[in-house]
Amino acid sequence: MGLIFKIIKFEFSNALRSKWVIFYFSFFLILSFLMFNFEDETGKAVLSLMNIVLIVIPLVSIIFGTMYVYNSNDYIQMVLCQPLDRRSLYFGLYLGNAVPLALSFVAGIFIGFVFTGADTAGITPVLILTINGFALTLIFTSIAFLTAIKFSDKARGLGAAILIWLMLAVIYDGLILFVTYFFRDYPIENIILGISLINPIDLARIFFILDFNISALMGYTGALFNKFFGTSLGVLVSAGLMILWFIIPFLLGLRSFNKKDF
Amino acid sequence: MIELKNIEKSFGKYQVLKNISLNIEPGKITAIVGPNGSGKTTIIKSILGLVQPDKGEILFNNKSVIKEYLYRKDIGYMPQAASFPDNLTVNEVFNMISDIRMQQMNGNAELINILNLQPELNKKIRTLSGGNKQKVSACIALMFNPKIIILDEPTAGLDPAASANLKKKIVEQRDAGKTIILTSHIMAEIEELSDNILFLIEGKIVYDGSLKNLVELSGQAKLENAIAAMMNKEFRWD
Amino acid sequence: MKIYFSISCIFFFLLAIQIKIYADKIIVDKNTAVNSVSKAIEIAKPYDEIIIKSGNYKEGNIIITKPLRFIGEDSPVIDGENQYEIFTVHADDVSISGIIFKNAGVSYLKENAAVRFENTKNGIVSNCRFFGNFFGVYLAKSRNCKVINNYFEAYGKKETSSGNGIHLWYCRESEITGNKIKGHRDGIYLEFVTQTTISKNYGVNNLRYGLHFMFSDSCRYYTNHFEKNSAGVAVMYSRYVDMEGNMFSNNWGPASYGLLLKDISRSKILKNYFIENTTGIFIEGCDGSEFLNNQFEKNGWAIKLMANSMENIFSSNNFIANTFDLSTNSRQNFNKFNANYWSKYDGYDLDKDGIGDVPYRPVKLYSIMAQQNEPSLILLNSLFIDLLNIAESVFPSLTPETLIDQSPLMRKLN
Repeated sequence: MGLIFKIIKFEFSNALRSKWVIFYFSFFLILSFLMFNFEDETGKAVLSLMNIVLIVIPLVSIIFGTMYVYNSNDYIQMVLCQPLDRRSLYFGLYLGNAVPLALSFVAGIFIGFVFTGADTAGITPVLILTINGFALTLIFTSIAFLTAIKFSDKARGLGAAILIWLMLAVIYDGLILFVTYFFRDYPIENIILGISLINPIDLARIFFILDFNISALMGYTGALFNKFFGTSLGVLVSAGLMILWFIIPFLLGLRSFNKKDF
Repeated sequence: MIELKNIEKSFGKYQVLKNISLNIEPGKITAIVGPNGSGKTTIIKSILGLVQPDKGEILFNNKSVIKEYLYRKDIGYMPQAASFPDNLTVNEVFNMISDIRMQQMNGNAELINILNLQPELNKKIRTLSGGNKQKVSACIALMFNPKIIILDEPTAGLDPAASANLKKKIVEQRDAGKTIILTSHIMAEIEELSDNILFLIEGKIVYDGSLKNLVELSGQAKLENAIAAMMNKEFRWD
Repeated sequence: MKIYFSISCIFFFLLAIQIKIYADKIIVDKNTAVNSVSKAIEIAKPYDEIIIKSGNYKEGNIIITKPLRFIGEDSPVIDGENQYEIFTVHADDVSISGIIFKNAGVSYLKENAAVRFENTKNGIVSNCRFFGNFFGVYLAKSRNCKVINNYFEAYGKKETSSGNGIHLWYCRESEITGNKIKGHRDGIYLEFVTQTTISKNYGVNNLRYGLHFMFSDSCRYYTNHFEKNSAGVAVMYSRYVDMEGNMFSNNWGPASYGLLLKDISRSKILKNYFIENTTGIFIEGCDGSEFLNNQFEKNGWAIKLMANSMENIFSSNNFIANTFDLSTNSRQNFNKFNANYWSKYDGYDLDKDGIGDVPYRPVKLYSIMAQQNEPSLILLNSLFIDLLNIAESVFPSLTPETLIDQSPLMRKLN
């Protein structure tokens, strides 16, 4: 355990010096500041923020995470020659990467919110936004680590990472749309709901729109979706799936890392 | 002290180590020699746990060390190409490794001195020349006073003065009772330093014994020639 | 002229005094000889005033055939015992106030009401309260009636076993003002009604429509509030309807509309406020109507405009934070959109005249897709959908090309 903390301590001091994390923090700070300042309503500001978060966080987390593993190759090799187990190193690397990213996102949004929007509306939508963003950071960093460890070649690994992002952020929704059209004559709402829940970006998005676009969704379909997400079972299932999306790639990555030759 | 039993390792289709068994003699300098790609570095990395053998056992004080890590506190390692986090200073790297090993730096000042590394200590790794990185690497291998020192091409890229000083240091360490494993392409260096020779060709050991014996066996005056002769003979031995 | 006017004034004054002089007060009280409403009616002369004291009166169906004035004192309760119609009025000039009507009986054969006016003139129902009645106030073939400041509450669970709060059938020149109607089938129902004003009413949680309006020309309704009715408000098959300053809020559901307009022509929809409805206005087969200065906020669809509507004008409206501003079912468009404020508009205004320099297309591809294929709503806010919308706005292939606001406003109107 002590070893993990040593790695994390080192990673944090490293991350704080990294221009990327500072840039990432400033990005969300400025964004949040602008949105809360210039939108009339907190709800709308949060909606715009969420649209950006759903695109930017998975993309940045997965690219940053893969690059991070490749760039840390030297460091990993150096540390592995020391009396240190690989598990601690992996945990340390992961947390050292994901936590500064997630925190700079949360801090950026919250500071922007507090300085501009705190008096105009409730904090609940902002909380939902940050929880979703936080979860997506952890999930996509964990996918990034798995990808980078599976592919020894940096160019290939990065390509795969971008492909995974593209798949989950764009193509998957295209497939859902295709399914809804292809089977439009059948009662497929539940199946569509199930398919959507499999994708972490969709999961975060649906969680969010049910809170914000409730009027549109209160049609027949919406009522059905709302019934699912409104119950504690729905919330548990979605939270559980989010956790699985984090744990499964993380453990697969750890397993590969344990077997990997340097 | 270090014993390899029937080690096999492939990278993809390419078999790098073929049934390697060996025993490193304590308190001596053992040089691993062989042509490029013969598996020298893979053997070293296997001992360190950087590479995980497909088959076989690695014993350290008669205990298997595969997937273990604590045994590495007795090993100092200088890799072929030094790799450190770019944005740290030399001192920070030293401190970090000391922190991970939970060991005090020992005789560090002297090492820095003889390698002439003093002016580099507060520079970031990324600004260092290849040779200076090698020096940092050598320092790390030696400064925790480990029982076993593994040096992969230790003098490659060093200036002559530093090279000579490092070699002197290596011999000193041997005389202080340390076990040393090294690889090198410079036969003169091996001849100068090593007690034992481990000769690899295409992942197989073709000679494992004392330097003296090897030279005598081949009937050549110089190690270089002895090795060359051996490589010619190798096909006949098969 | 002046003299004639003065003389007629004096004449009417004398007439009023005369009525006053000849009108008697009859007091209905449980503890006196006149202990029932029926008895009071029996002994009353036309234009008498019947004062009903506090108490619980169960008298079955009470039929009124003389012009009388009923005044409840200290909230008397007249109970229909879930069986009878309570008041049935066949006379003109009947006014009823301050009475609590309860439990007019549910029947599948008869439309039992708490108060029914049939073939009358000048009837007034004011300041009464109605609880658990099948129908509340029922006006049939009557004119110049007033239903003012009453409270209606019903507890039906199903549309079929539940009646309307205020029901007008073949009426004209009437006024419905300041009523609150809760839990009926339709809050206010009008069929074949003309020249009638409906104002300041509040319809909430009714089982079907807050206001249901059919074949009723030249009516005006303003400053009403309709909220959480399971199907919103429906206005159908009428002409010359004025709707002004009403609020439609929180009408949610697959077939629920803030306002459903079907076959409406030459009407005016002004200064109404639509907030948080599944659909703000659903417009089908409407023509020649004006939609001006309305505000649509946070609706699922602000407007669903079916292509059989034409020559309608939508101008000076605010569209704010709706999920979809507009959807339609055809590539044809014969309506005009001009100078509205669209919060989704992202054009610019270089000449600073307050009008965007780039036209705005309120119909997005996805709003049409979501309307045709509801399960695809789950993709709301997806990047894929944004990309589709962008592609469609560059090369329109499914959205109506002519449905366009040429001069979108940069700032919202107050």
